[in-house]
Amino acid sequence: MEFTLFLVGLIAATLRVATPLIYGTLGELFSERSGVLNLGIEGTMFLGAFVGFAAASLSGSLWIGLLAAIIAGLLAGLLMALLSVRLGVNQHVAGLGITLLTTGLSLYAFRVIFGESKVPPSIESFPMLSILPETHILAPITNQYLLTFIGLALIPVVWWIINKTRFGLQIRAVGENPEAADAAGLNVYAIRTAALAIGGSLMAVGGAFLTMAQLGSFTFGIIAGRGWVCIALIIFANWKAVNVLWGALIFGGVQALQLRLQTLGFKLPYELFLSLPYVVTIIALTIAGRNSSAPSALLKPYRRE
Amino acid sequence: MHAVQMKGIVKRFADLVANDHVDFDLEKGEIHALLGENGAGKTTLMRILYGLYHADEGQILINGSPVAIHAPRDAIKLGIGMVTQHFTLVPTLTVAENMVLGETGSFTINLKEIEKKVAEASKRFGVPVNPHALIRHLSVGERQRVEILKALYHDAQILILDEPTAVLVPQEVEVLFNALLRLQKDGLSVVFISHHLNEVMQICNRVTVLRDGKLTGTVKIADTNLKDLANMMVGRENFGVTRQGEREQGKVELRIEKINAVDKKGLQALKDVSLEVRQGEILGLAGVSGNGQTELSAVLCGTQKITSGKVFAGDVDLSSADTSDVCAAGVGRIPEDRHANLVGELSVAENLILDQMDKFKKNGIMDQQKIQDNAEELIKTYNIKANANDRLRTLSGGNMQKVMLARTLSQNPRIVIASQPTRGLDVGATDYVRSTLLEQRDRGAAVLLLSEDLEEIMALSDRIAVIYGGKIMGVLPAQEATAEKLGLMMAGSAA
Amino acid sequence: MTKYRIERAPAPGWMRILIPLLAIPVTFLLTSVIILLDGANPFTTYYHFLVSPLAGRVSAIEVFVKSTPLLLTGAAVAFAFKGGYWNIGAEGQLYAGAIAATFVGTVLLDVPPIIGIPAMVIGGFAGGLLWALPSAILKVKLGVDEVVTTLLMNSIVLNVTSFLLNGPWRNPVSMWPQSPEISAGTVFPQLIPRSRLHFGIIIAVIVILIIWFVISRTSFGLKMRAIGLSKEGARFAGIKVNKTMLIVALVSGGIAGLAGAGEVAGIHFHLIDAISDGLGYSGITIATLGGLHPLGVGISALFIGLIDTGAQTVSRVLGVPVYLGDVVQSTLLLVTLSLFVLQNFRIRRVN
Repeated sequence: MEFTLFLVGLIAATLRVATPLIYGTLGELFSERSGVLNLGIEGTMFLGAFVGFAAASLSGSLWIGLLAAIIAGLLAGLLMALLSVRLGVNQHVAGLGITLLTTGLSLYAFRVIFGESKVPPSIESFPMLSILPETHILAPITNQYLLTFIGLALIPVVWWIINKTRFGLQIRAVGENPEAADAAGLNVYAIRTAALAIGGSLMAVGGAFLTMAQLGSFTFGIIAGRGWVCIALIIFANWKAVNVLWGALIFGGVQALQLRLQTLGFKLPYELFLSLPYVVTIIALTIAGRNSSAPSALLKPYRRE
Repeated sequence: MHAVQMKGIVKRFADLVANDHVDFDLEKGEIHALLGENGAGKTTLMRILYGLYHADEGQILINGSPVAIHAPRDAIKLGIGMVTQHFTLVPTLTVAENMVLGETGSFTINLKEIEKKVAEASKRFGVPVNPHALIRHLSVGERQRVEILKALYHDAQILILDEPTAVLVPQEVEVLFNALLRLQKDGLSVVFISHHLNEVMQICNRVTVLRDGKLTGTVKIADTNLKDLANMMVGRENFGVTRQGEREQGKVELRIEKINAVDKKGLQALKDVSLEVRQGEILGLAGVSGNGQTELSAVLCGTQKITSGKVFAGDVDLSSADTSDVCAAGVGRIPEDRHANLVGELSVAENLILDQMDKFKKNGIMDQQKIQDNAEELIKTYNIKANANDRLRTLSGGNMQKVMLARTLSQNPRIVIASQPTRGLDVGATDYVRSTLLEQRDRGAAVLLLSEDLEEIMALSDRIAVIYGGKIMGVLPAQEATAEKLGLMMAGSAA
Repeated sequence: MTKYRIERAPAPGWMRILIPLLAIPVTFLLTSVIILLDGANPFTTYYHFLVSPLAGRVSAIEVFVKSTPLLLTGAAVAFAFKGGYWNIGAEGQLYAGAIAATFVGTVLLDVPPIIGIPAMVIGGFAGGLLWALPSAILKVKLGVDEVVTTLLMNSIVLNVTSFLLNGPWRNPVSMWPQSPEISAGTVFPQLIPRSRLHFGIIIAVIVILIIWFVISRTSFGLKMRAIGLSKEGARFAGIKVNKTMLIVALVSGGIAGLAGAGEVAGIHFHLIDAISDGLGYSGITIATLGGLHPLGVGISALFIGLIDTGAQTVSRVLGVPVYLGDVVQSTLLLVTLSLFVLQNFRIRRVN
């Protein structure tokens, strides 16, 4: 019985931890499948977390907050597109620049709006759904935030978009062989721009989940490298939407487990535990090596003569 | 009735004028050759028609009305299709997916239905393809068919083929030509870019010849012959540089013994290749593009490893050598792709010493004066039109090739590996490169010349080997090697 | 009639110098928008941003204090990028250098500075180098993309630092997450009494001069430049690409490690979680701004140091959030990157 409770709690926590990772990774999936590595993800998630929180706090509506976060992420994606697609600058540096910019802007705006109060401002966050009655043993698993369920549902949706729709076909084409796509009459710039914009919105929702559902407040360390975890996850998932689920659950599970064990009083060097996902990714990257399905045109700006 | 009229087309790339007021017209239902040497501006002109380049000046009319073509999708809408040399297919997608790539329409795509339509089109146009196949699993000839079908599938009335035979074996060429003639009967107008006179004579109705970006003229095939066309193309019947007489050959300097190697995709590209090159001779290696020349050149240059076999430069075993070992063994290399194998952003002077830095340094510090002197001397000797401190990428193709020659040959290599050394060069530069190679031979170097240009091979070589499908089909002394014999061997029949 | 055309061709060399200079006013124009949103006057703000810090002796010195680690991370990143190795991990290598220096400083007790200081320098360099090692080896041996691995190594070292500070190195007296103080003999000497300006800036200047000399004058420099510009071309010329790149990657890591050692030995005297807070990422900005040229890096590091100091002045005087500094810095990076595209074009007169 006690073990069942432990397990139920673990699964529930895993889903919660995995949610922002799922959004972020799906967002990055759009970008990378179209041929752009978006290292702006860390900052875009931070921006989403801040804008969602601030807009909800100012407007009093969580949904307006979420919408604002989506728009902010979209703009961050468009900025990345301007730099890396239109101007064709180095994607690494442009992405990191965007992370620095969006982080700086969020912090600046936070101070402007909320001042330097000692007590961190908070909002009434999204409630958990109550699908099963509280007393039911599985309630902690089923009674999650709506955003968690949407995130899980997005995985097959994204798979379907990429593999079964015209837009998805176009994304795959510009990510694999932009010259061919161009010759076929596709607008490479427009498709990559759209992919980055969608990607940015998803990343921002991932960030907004933390402030608007899980925590109800905004702290400076809120993203804490989750964006980089998503960069790792995408490699782990071999650029396939369905694998994002397994990756996010495994990574989420490791974190949830160490949190559980810690609260149960196990003396663990949890900080080292937290590094496990990164180490695993580096190993995965090493093993996968040349067999990976990384899009062929990843990191290559396209320019017609 | 004109399907296409292009008037006064001008296209510049920085200092190079690729098309200089070129006029071109294509009649409905004709196969029209666009003939010229490498770099004459044929591809540029057609890339403008297809919207891949923008003309700086000039006008385009389709079916008599002026049009603006900004991108390939405009061209496709106007009924123009193009099959480029580098196929524009996405390898990870299926044939059917590639077919509908540029289409707009419903949000979702019904692959089953598309595959059915593609299969029908394939039957109707007589261009056999398998709609379900992934492009990356197809052979070069099959990919070309997909490209052609793709254009027809999009209702192309005008089909541009850019050197379609360069990648094909003779049997495939036959299939292609039959298909084209059949499509012509159905009213298709075709632009056939080529530098092979025989093909042009065989299949085309009219021919437009370009030379150095300028229009030489347009003639009916019925009113012309091989010799005249050759004249129009190069401005004279033959290149000025040919091998003068026979020479006493020395001992074997480069020995290749049963080497095997794979291409980028991991497929067998060289099969038990054995060759010997002697001091004071040019051994020409003829063959159709893509029969293992690139890999053989890469192996001998030290940029690719062999899976088995032996390579010797004199007594030095280079079987598992990397580039630095190859340099040290006195092998001079003129690579196929000079852009990739020089460093465009470094200066001419720096490029000229890049493979022999040790001679220009003292205690690890570069001797700037010596580097400068070396550059100025070589610029003079090799007649390079550039300053020592110019960034290399600002040079023209011919001057870049001269930098490569100067760097390589000034070190008096005992072996010279020259791959497609005159590709993309103008006539003057071509002559220069060819006479330089002959000088090396006369100096006593063992020269291996890999070229897809049969005229070049025959003009320069003492002995001629032919490669086909990664195998050496035979080696003939120059006196016995007729174009006909070599042609057969290049198509895969043994000597 | 004369017409002008824009065409794709390398712009003249002076554009390379002009672009970063042009980027500065463009950046200030863009960022003045958010200053206005905060209700401040952009001109006053930029006066306090750029001029005030240099007007007072204390704050002018502070500019150099802030620049010290930036000179080193900028140099580290520029050196790596120049050699074709995309080291995004200066941040992590800085932490590793700081950890190593802290270790040296807390183990070497009662040593004279003549031993202590070189030991700190070597320790910092070694720490950064070791942290750069896995990514570098994976890159040259197995072709694993260094951008992702160096980035992930940054995240790992943060966890390691936090582990050390909450575990073995937790201050036993205060229970704060900060390491014990380093010994007196391992502290970098002050250059100006009663200021925070320390010996680290001399190290930084020496490092910049060395890498400038190596890049522009030595055969190793020519090799790494060739690799940075065209791996294929360099390899064809017989240059040992992997070996050269490995050395570049490790030296770059070492230089970033020196920045960490400097922060420990010259500023904080113990290890804390927030020892860097983005100095390594700023290195990328600085390297880009300086056009990967060591002397350019020197100037941009001082400029970013000025921005960091100015941001504090602005915050203190006008109440504009200090994060304006981050916004200006990152905008400057993105604007410079965008303007560098101009390098590929030139305007030509046609008759």
